[in-house]
Amino acid sequence: MPLRIGIVGVGYSGFDSMTPGLSTRELMFEAASRAYEDAGIDPRKDVHSFVCCTEDFWEGISITDEYMPDQLGAVLKPLCTISSDGIVGLATACMHIMSGIADVAVVESHCKSSDVLNPDEISSFALDPIYDHHVNADPRFVAGLEMARYLKETGTKRDYCAQVAVKNKKNALLNPRGVHGANLDKRAVLSSKIAASPLTELEVSKTIDASIVFVLASAQKAKKLGNHTVWINGIGWSSDTPWIEDRDMAKAAYAEQSAARAYKMAGVRNPATYFDLAEIDDTYSYKELQSLEALKLAAKGKAGKMLESGAFDIDGRLPVNASGGSLGVGHLLEATGLHRVLEAVLQLRGQAGRLQIPTVKKALVQSWRGIPTATGAVAVLGN
Amino acid sequence: MSQKITSYPGHEITPEDVKEGKYLDVVYKFEPKYSWAAGVAISRFLAELKEGRIIARKCLNCERILVPPRMYCERCFRPTDEWVRIKDTGTINTYSISHVGTDARRLKTPILVAVVDLDGATPGMGILHNLGEVEPSKIKVGMRVRAVWKSSSERQGAITDIRYFKPIGDE
Repeated sequence: MPLRIGIVGVGYSGFDSMTPGLSTRELMFEAASRAYEDAGIDPRKDVHSFVCCTEDFWEGISITDEYMPDQLGAVLKPLCTISSDGIVGLATACMHIMSGIADVAVVESHCKSSDVLNPDEISSFALDPIYDHHVNADPRFVAGLEMARYLKETGTKRDYCAQVAVKNKKNALLNPRGVHGANLDKRAVLSSKIAASPLTELEVSKTIDASIVFVLASAQKAKKLGNHTVWINGIGWSSDTPWIEDRDMAKAAYAEQSAARAYKMAGVRNPATYFDLAEIDDTYSYKELQSLEALKLAAKGKAGKMLESGAFDIDGRLPVNASGGSLGVGHLLEATGLHRVLEAVLQLRGQAGRLQIPTVKKALVQSWRGIPTATGAVAVLGN
Repeated sequence: MSQKITSYPGHEITPEDVKEGKYLDVVYKFEPKYSWAAGVAISRFLAELKEGRIIARKCLNCERILVPPRMYCERCFRPTDEWVRIKDTGTINTYSISHVGTDARRLKTPILVAVVDLDGATPGMGILHNLGEVEPSKIKVGMRVRAVWKSSSERQGAITDIRYFKPIGDE
């Protein structure tokens, strides 16, 4: 039987390049207040588990878990922080509900990247200190390595990657959250400065600030909460080996694994025709194509061609990152997964405004933790 | 090592060995840099400190006067309602005399740390700060204290605009 956990409340704040007027905690309070109002719950009485997804170095406070309770209404309540992508937090909350520990659980993740002055230092510090640290380059070289291998092995045309950035930045112009929306052509993308070859600057998503909160409920409880329940029908997550030298750089194996688990749980037999919408990893342009193939939404080496044909446009056969994704909206570090869930939930509720795609019933969301990780998560959503 | 143990089994690596390059020694200086946004509540709090005042926020639901101030009440989960100036006097809630510095060395002059419940805030709410102008042996829970401020030209809108708290009886 498919998983059936209801998303009964949604709230978010920020979605700006900088949020200098608010502290991280104030930003979270805003998002949480909206989510609880949306679900019609009082966090002090109705929530039995709170899950936060954040990472100490991005916060600039060690053991940052301890600073999470107040602004979520979680003081003296069960709360845990997971230092991984938001969809992994969503999975944890699902487990708390399935186990009977909670019938209502809250998941929060945020990104206050404007507080971090040298994010590259943190990404570089994630490289193995003895084996890989000798490479003294901007850490995006790891993405360059993956992209080069992906292009070589799949025979994908270089231009198709640029087309991903064109599509997503254009979609974002319709999205009120789309900080990095732009109307560009392929030539502009390809001729922007090289970040780490073959990757150019316009093919790299830029971080923004936001907090996103979801209220989850058991199937039974969901009937009594909110008016727009969206169901989590399958969820999976996976981590590949950390050795950059040893993992398959051409494909996103972690995404393949995560998807296989989520599809099995949700009873998805033919993913290529199952979904009405996909919000997937586009941290870098090539990632969207690589992920489409890992998620079995395109055959190996065919994602680029399908993209070029318009199949993944907002009015195409399967809209992919209709929201603008990370390239168009902005990257949210560990909250990126929840951003993708947010965009899919708004579509499934029919609340996506000018982005709304008619008759969205089934959506796929997928995220990746960014360089140098090989960790990702997938969720299958339905209304 | 202790009085009983003068050496451990195995081969000891000395600093000289490392200097001579006998062993792999990876040194990496990790230097993340942040500029945390203080937010609405703490920004106002710091601005008031610069003026030599302490400000709190009141929640009209539970009627607590919260310090450090915050824009939301964590107990009621609602926005707080009012700014309230409170006093720079208070009572020592608890204290500790630290004889060890952050580099693990014994300190010649101990650091006197206290939580001071501030007058005007809800009892049990206050500030973590240092004590000064007091004999360590004389410090007691329940002792009345007052903030000793830097001069207005020295204050910069930081928690250290208060130098320390000193016993009121010694004025």
